[in-house]
Amino acid sequence: MCKTDRFLWLFGALTLAAALTFAHSGLRAHDASPRLAASAGLVRDLGLTDLALFTEARYTRHLSQADLHTAFQDHPLAFEHFPSGSLHVPPPHLRLRHADLAATTEVPD
Amino acid sequence: MPIWLQRQKYLIDFTLSSLLRRRAKNAGLLLVYTLIVFVLASVMLFTHALRHEAVHVLAEAPEIVLQRMVAGRHDLVPASYLDRIGEVRGVQKKAGRLWGYFYDPAVRANYTLMVPPTDAPASGEAVIGAGIARARGLSVGDFVTWRGSDGQPHTLRIVRLLDSDSELVSSDLVLVSEDFFRGFFGVPPGRFTDLALSVRNPREVRKVAEKLTLLLPDARPILREEILRTYDAIFAWRQGVVYVLLVGAVLAFVVFAWDKASGLSAEERREIGILKAVGWETGDVIRMKFWEGALVSLTAFLLGYVAAYVHVFFASAALFEPVLKGWAVLYPHFQLTPTIDGLQLATLFFFTVFPYTVATIVPIWRAAITDPDTVMR
Repeated sequence: MCKTDRFLWLFGALTLAAALTFAHSGLRAHDASPRLAASAGLVRDLGLTDLALFTEARYTRHLSQADLHTAFQDHPLAFEHFPSGSLHVPPPHLRLRHADLAATTEVPD
Repeated sequence: MPIWLQRQKYLIDFTLSSLLRRRAKNAGLLLVYTLIVFVLASVMLFTHALRHEAVHVLAEAPEIVLQRMVAGRHDLVPASYLDRIGEVRGVQKKAGRLWGYFYDPAVRANYTLMVPPTDAPASGEAVIGAGIARARGLSVGDFVTWRGSDGQPHTLRIVRLLDSDSELVSSDLVLVSEDFFRGFFGVPPGRFTDLALSVRNPREVRKVAEKLTLLLPDARPILREEILRTYDAIFAWRQGVVYVLLVGAVLAFVVFAWDKASGLSAEERREIGILKAVGWETGDVIRMKFWEGALVSLTAFLLGYVAAYVHVFFASAALFEPVLKGWAVLYPHFQLTPTIDGLQLATLFFFTVFPYTVATIVPIWRAAITDPDTVMR
């Protein structure tokens, strides 16, 4: 077998491995659907709102439920000191993540 | 074999021999190139899979969570708010939630204590998440004692562990009865941590939230779409932060690769001169060099991508775990479901393979159109 053939075989094997990742991903996604459904069921039953990824502080554990000034809530001018806090998104008012719902309508209920 | 293919095969054969003549230099390039693709693809696959998991699981979160704010801080909600919310048209279900945090000095970790809306454990019993069971070495039938807000010890018997498959959302949960929760934290009857609401028509959620802010000016509604957007933004942000940290390494590689690809060594110049002198056409020389760039970059891309896939989905992204864990003692054990974003992968392919291949062709074209005699001198 010449050099080119050997290389082409190796390259073909790599291409096949890359293609197999798609097949594997599809199969695993199918297998994982009961697990995802069970987690989603737990979220529905318990009314959970956040992932348990960063449990070091209350405002990193429930990111979506934290105060609007989470990082500075321990005392005025307190610096954020948790590693995950330094990695997550900037304050909401800078990114307009929260909809401004205060007094935007006159409609009485 | 068609003549065109035969020709390309000979060109590849020649290119491989040429690459092998500078074995150490090209092996180094391939290694660094593969590593860069590996790190970028790992970050991409990991964050995409985590985002996919979060969006799927949290799609079942409450449609609206209503918090009460006092002096800018989260405060307990009086049960009378539930009656007042009953006046808002469109609200289908409403319930008070009882949950809070407890810092356990024994393992230096925060737990989330919660009263489930249905099937709550009996008083003095608890259902715990797999993360707590692991950290404290607890199993069903064990007892655990914590000091409550009244300074007295409160004992719980573990009656069940939450399924470890759902650890991503339940790792630090302790489910207890309402009696225990109120007694342990000193939450008076008729007060809740916050309220969970569901709305009959999903398109009215925002309108209902607006009405709630008018009706209860001290309340802050958090919509499910905001929760999902938060998680989407967090992972995009984290991915961006890691990419920014990698910029230095990527730029170093770009300079190295550009220098390697675009600057022709005297030896390469001589090689082109000889090829032209023995009758190679300019097109053949460019084709040969195209193959050189393509073979190196495609091999590096495939190697890096496949290694990243194995790292993230078979080795649980072992390299990122310390960064993600932070100071969390109760980090959940979870296996991510492999999901591949074709567009992200195509973008990575375009930005890693394409520039290198082009960078190899341009200087060769310049050298190949000059006179062989001049090039060889």
